[in-house]
Amino acid sequence: MSELDELYQSVILDHNRAPRNFRRLEGATNHAEGRNPLCGDQFDVWLRLEGDIIAEAAFLGQGCAISKASASMMTQAVKGKTIAEARALFAEFHNVITGAGGPGTLPSKLEVFRGVSAFPIRVKCASLSWHAMKQALEER
Amino acid sequence: MSALAAVPPHEPVSGRQSHPWDVASVRADFPILSREVGGQPLVYLDSAATAQKPRAVIDAISAYYERGNANVHRGVHALSQEATTAYERVRELAARFLNAASPSEIIFTAGTTAGLNLVAQSYGGSVLRPDDEILVSEMEHHSNIIPWHLVSERTGARVVPIPVMDSGGLDLARFEQLLGPRTRIVAVTHASNVMGAINPINAIAAMAHEAGAAVVVDGAQSAPHLRVDVQAIDCDFFACSGHKLYGPTGIGLLYGKRRLLEAMPPWQGGGGMIREVLMERSSYAPPPERFEAGTPPIAEVVGLGAALDYVMAWDWEALVGYEQGLVAEATGLLGRIPGVRIMGEGADRVSVLSFMLDGIHPHDAGTVLDTLGIAVRAGHHCAQPLMRRFGVTATLRASFGAYNTMQEIEALAAGLEQARRVLLR
Repeated sequence: MSELDELYQSVILDHNRAPRNFRRLEGATNHAEGRNPLCGDQFDVWLRLEGDIIAEAAFLGQGCAISKASASMMTQAVKGKTIAEARALFAEFHNVITGAGGPGTLPSKLEVFRGVSAFPIRVKCASLSWHAMKQALEER
Repeated sequence: MSALAAVPPHEPVSGRQSHPWDVASVRADFPILSREVGGQPLVYLDSAATAQKPRAVIDAISAYYERGNANVHRGVHALSQEATTAYERVRELAARFLNAASPSEIIFTAGTTAGLNLVAQSYGGSVLRPDDEILVSEMEHHSNIIPWHLVSERTGARVVPIPVMDSGGLDLARFEQLLGPRTRIVAVTHASNVMGAINPINAIAAMAHEAGAAVVVDGAQSAPHLRVDVQAIDCDFFACSGHKLYGPTGIGLLYGKRRLLEAMPPWQGGGGMIREVLMERSSYAPPPERFEAGTPPIAEVVGLGAALDYVMAWDWEALVGYEQGLVAEATGLLGRIPGVRIMGEGADRVSVLSFMLDGIHPHDAGTVLDTLGIAVRAGHHCAQPLMRRFGVTATLRASFGAYNTMQEIEALAAGLEQARRVLLR
């Protein structure tokens, strides 16, 4: 598979075309906005916490295929996780997209983002919504 | 009337005829064009961001540091005198390039942004009163918007937008209505950095002057593509950048009418811009020195001089014709790709083209093009009000310079087809 096909795997294209949890979250307890002023990409991320658990996550906004698919899969990945687990997952995800992560330490669904590491300029796209999620968790 | 026709063509040097543009020999002057990117020949379609540099510019900067380096306007020694002569020669060259009435109307700045900030702070800061209006077009680069916001906050003046039409042109009827007794300054780009659209700047300047307003022109995108004549435009200020003119970064030109420059306070204080300094107060040198505090970017000025020597030897009629051919070819080829929409399609343009691809974000297309060695710009191009006007957050922008070829435009079109295959499967 070429680096390009590796980056734009069909899973990513599918989440870009039909993003999951792409809505304003009613009853959200936490919210943050992720914005990349250099490219104009912008996402709102909402979380609904039940105690220490992320019961639900959703997002809205605009961005490239990488940033949108990443936001979509982030909302799925953090659902049901504790705050500490969500933060640890982001740290691991960040390691993988920057090429610092070892093999096989990420949930298999998020493995599709490993191709981002060949395109350093797109790391910000892949991590935009994750940064917003992390910031939203700091709200309380 | 075509906006192109509003721009006087390059005065042909007597006895010289317009020849076809010899792109192969121009390309040979630019060392970077022979490099590869990701195993593919570089296709550089981002000259509107910064142009590549000819060997003459690179060599002039090296030669200056190897043999000529000294501060200007300072020492009695030979090197300082040589550096001063070289520095002031470029001011004369720049005055000829822009057809200013005198070299003293040319101020060296760090670039277009610095030039526009200088005008806003020094000229705007001294003439603007509360509720005065600054008319700023909706197609401006942020560098011709934010300086006006900053001076408005200081003075109580207001920024009033001049709307852009769907065609990509300015709404001149609306502009005429907006001009009034409160209008002090009209700040307009000569050519849009996003769409390439050329504004009928001579007419805009005449209308603004009729209303008693000063005219500030952002010439960053016009100076590399059109023969600029600041006296024919009759603008009060004109700013452009060296690095988009095949020269180095960190150096730009600000033209200002002498009468206005003489009445303006300094922008920054420091060495080289004074007449006399006492501990209580100082008096200032006349323009242009008044506006060049501190050691200037001398090597960059020397490099800009080499760039001006280089481009002023061109047959500009042939250049304009060639670049118009490139942008027409690009418009035609891109128009055949399903889902391509060109922003401001109706405009006369310099060789800068922005477009959207249905269902594909510009950054994703830009990444696909990059893997093919094709460099374009993707994003909002520091023109968010224009993006908002057209209801998009970003575009792809291809811009063509003197060294680009029809083959490169075909490569762009093929690359966009590839982007559709990769991203719409």
